[in-house]
Amino acid sequence: MTDQAATRTGAADAIPQARLDLIPLALPVALAGLAFLLIGTPTTWLTLTLAALAMGMMIFVIASGLTLVFGLMDVINFGHGAFIAVGAYLAMTVLGPLAPLVQADSLMLNLAALALAALVATFGAGALGLAFERVVIRPVYGQHLKQILITMGGLIIAEQLLHAIFGGDQKAMALPTAFRGAIVVGDLAFEKFRLLAVAIGLVVFLAMQLTLNRTRIGLLIRAGVENSEMVEALGYRIRRLFVGVFAAGSALAGLGGVLWALYRETFTAAIGSEVMVLVFIVIIIGGLGSVGGCFLGAILVAMMANYTAFLAPKVALASSILLMVAILMWRPQGLYPVAKR
Amino acid sequence: MAEPLLSLEGVHTHIGQYHILQGVSFAVPEGGMTVLLGRNGAGKTTALRTIMGLWKPSAGVLRFAGAAIGGMATPEIARAGIAYVPESMAVFSDLTVAENITLAARSGPPDPARLDWIFSFFPAMKRFWHAPAGVLSGGQKQMLAISRAIVEKRRLILVDEPTKGLAPAIIEGMIGAFRELKRETTILLVEQNFRFAASLGDNVAVMDDGRIVHAGAMAALAADEAMQTRLLGLSLDSHQ
Amino acid sequence: MIRALLSDDPPKSRLLAALLVLILAGLAAAPFVFPGAAALNTAAKICIFIVLVASYDILLGYTGIVSFAHTMFFGIGGYGVGLSLYFLGPGWPVVALGIVVALVIGVVLALAVGLVSLRVKAIFFAMITLAVASAFMILTTQLSEFTGGEDGRTFRVPELLRPTTRLFEEPFLGTAITGRVLAYYLVFLSAVALFLLALRLVNSCFGRVLQAIRENEMRAEALGYRVVYFRTMASCLSAALAVMAGAMSALWLRYTGPETTLSFAIMLDVLLMVVIGGTGTLYGAVIGATLFILAQNYLQKLMAMAAAATEGIPLLPRLLHPDRWLLLLGVLFVLSIYFFPTGIAGKLAGRGRGPAA
Repeated sequence: MTDQAATRTGAADAIPQARLDLIPLALPVALAGLAFLLIGTPTTWLTLTLAALAMGMMIFVIASGLTLVFGLMDVINFGHGAFIAVGAYLAMTVLGPLAPLVQADSLMLNLAALALAALVATFGAGALGLAFERVVIRPVYGQHLKQILITMGGLIIAEQLLHAIFGGDQKAMALPTAFRGAIVVGDLAFEKFRLLAVAIGLVVFLAMQLTLNRTRIGLLIRAGVENSEMVEALGYRIRRLFVGVFAAGSALAGLGGVLWALYRETFTAAIGSEVMVLVFIVIIIGGLGSVGGCFLGAILVAMMANYTAFLAPKVALASSILLMVAILMWRPQGLYPVAKR
Repeated sequence: MAEPLLSLEGVHTHIGQYHILQGVSFAVPEGGMTVLLGRNGAGKTTALRTIMGLWKPSAGVLRFAGAAIGGMATPEIARAGIAYVPESMAVFSDLTVAENITLAARSGPPDPARLDWIFSFFPAMKRFWHAPAGVLSGGQKQMLAISRAIVEKRRLILVDEPTKGLAPAIIEGMIGAFRELKRETTILLVEQNFRFAASLGDNVAVMDDGRIVHAGAMAALAADEAMQTRLLGLSLDSHQ
Repeated sequence: MIRALLSDDPPKSRLLAALLVLILAGLAAAPFVFPGAAALNTAAKICIFIVLVASYDILLGYTGIVSFAHTMFFGIGGYGVGLSLYFLGPGWPVVALGIVVALVIGVVLALAVGLVSLRVKAIFFAMITLAVASAFMILTTQLSEFTGGEDGRTFRVPELLRPTTRLFEEPFLGTAITGRVLAYYLVFLSAVALFLLALRLVNSCFGRVLQAIRENEMRAEALGYRVVYFRTMASCLSAALAVMAGAMSALWLRYTGPETTLSFAIMLDVLLMVVIGGTGTLYGAVIGATLFILAQNYLQKLMAMAAAATEGIPLLPRLLHPDRWLLLLGVLFVLSIYFFPTGIAGKLAGRGRGPAA
């Protein structure tokens, strides 16, 4: 009897596969192609594209945690920018005394200094994230309106505190010697720091994909994004998972802050709010809760920003908005909507 | 008489401004299947969700295996040994069948012998082992939701309307599966399909307007058509 | 008569009513009671922000959605009037033209933002408005040939409103009736009229539907109200009022620039005013705007004194530095959302209802 039922439901077929949605993947390729035609000179195009990829990776590193936190617990943290700023200031504090290492003409010493700064910034921002979740987010859990207001208030306080502690002036962040300048291959110049940013972004993306797809924690996060109640009914404490993801997201924002500060070479506590505008656009384009969408969205936004900065500098940021509007017209939930119960 | 595995005494549950459970009392003895019957909106699903801790009871006592579980968090209730198959099935459509079942096995990788046992009555789970749950048919999703609840042995399984929207042939298959399950664990089943409930249930409780209006042996209710009409508001024939 | 003017929604307590009457009287008599350009400037700013904050409360308090683009509409009003006067020369028809153009642009933009974001998820709205507002601000400063860029535009207002204009030869009640005083009363009366209009709006059927949606979106939808339509309408009306506030600001300051109208700092000020004053009651906007602007003018002086007094203690003087006044306000903001969710107006009215959450 059961066999009969199974044959009917399974109706002589191969194992069904998830429909792979490849159209969004074609978007960056199309955008790069269009830009190639408009820009005309291949070397300029290549420089801009590398710049876009580097910027996209940095935004992805910052945005990925935010989008997961939203997907998992329906919490949107407008204060996410604070962790970016904290990361930048912590890295500056670490790199200051390490100036000899930073200025040394040795890739290993440079990397060691940078790695230490990134480590401190990442863990510092992560620890702060834990505190932020406890003090700011938890009391207004499940109340969207208050969440938006409170986290925005948290951002103001954090920025002001950073200015009170480190001084309100603009800070400089020097690139280590080994990452200044470009690698020149024939006519083509590849800026070293941008290559580094792309590498770090890819590593973060791959690590995240591996975690999400190959580990139990990752499975729980993906399941929780879809239906957190059922995850609880299976006996898992989703709050702990959420706190962990929140801290990890904050830590990544701290790492992103280090990269962004190095990329811009100067910063103030407002560095977070500056990037957040792009971050919000990215997670909306990608589909709230989707890491893959966030990755793609970051690349698209960064491409749009860099190409238009060259082609029509005055409308660079407005172009990101247009991109967002166009994508939302096509897919109102973003490129990769997350299935919600 | 031994203490029942699960008991509710005077349980009230509010959802927002609505007073859904208005003093529910019933017990589920260890072993076999207890069926919770009642019209739409009688509060059956709310009763299951309250047992699972997904709604917090505003008054009353819930006891499971000797411990008070009212007010406990959902994960703790699940860890006490209750599994839940919600009405919506709530399979994780982004995850494969394998991943769904692996997650449900809290204490480690699923036991292969146990999986073979599940495959014996839900062969589709084996066929679609590596397929994303989102592409399964409604009946297969139901099988997956039940498989998830039984991949490790739990003391009590709450199942909410497993036959809803399923084709008769698949329902027949379900009956076989539940017969098998009843042998090793206790099941509390919410059902609308009386014939399905009657063919499986040992005990029955009938809900109406947030209260239990009848409790007793299923055989007695199945044999008494007048009582069915009175309690369920519909005759057996029109209820299929 | 007064009840009718207040749309049958008078202040809910005597204390609140007394405070409101005091503010109204103070603002009405400001040119005569508080002499000096600085005091008059403060009074005008209060009038303008009462309208701006009240219009924001229609969104936040009555509709339950958070927008970060409210200053964009304020700026559109300011630039609409300002640029018209700058390019076309002073004159009342030009002012009218500027207002009409600004209203059209503002409402169309609000409609577009609403249609893109409100039909999906309310939380989109907060993020998208933030992005749109910052893009608008950057665009405005970039198009410097037209907008004057970072410096903004200084322009001449109609003859009647200029400081050099004297209406009477003799001072009245000890105050010379200049064009400035006239301009102040234009701002004051506009503020009163727009506030009463906003009050009418939130007490209309439309306003009640908005509140029903805020309380229970699903139920309102089930009752047959198109939630998206009502939210978008609310956002457009609120934008139109903000445009008017911007126009008032331009006429008063005789200047429009990004810092005075578009900046995110002003957006934060508005948020603070609405939360501290009390959301979900337009009277809260009056209290919030008045207290905040008075505090803004005097808090920094107080902080400078406190910083000097705590000299020598580590970190404390830095925290009390006048540049850090936003820190104190930020803490106040967060605390009032936690412990004081109905704001001052809510507390005075003795109601337990929190903001839509």
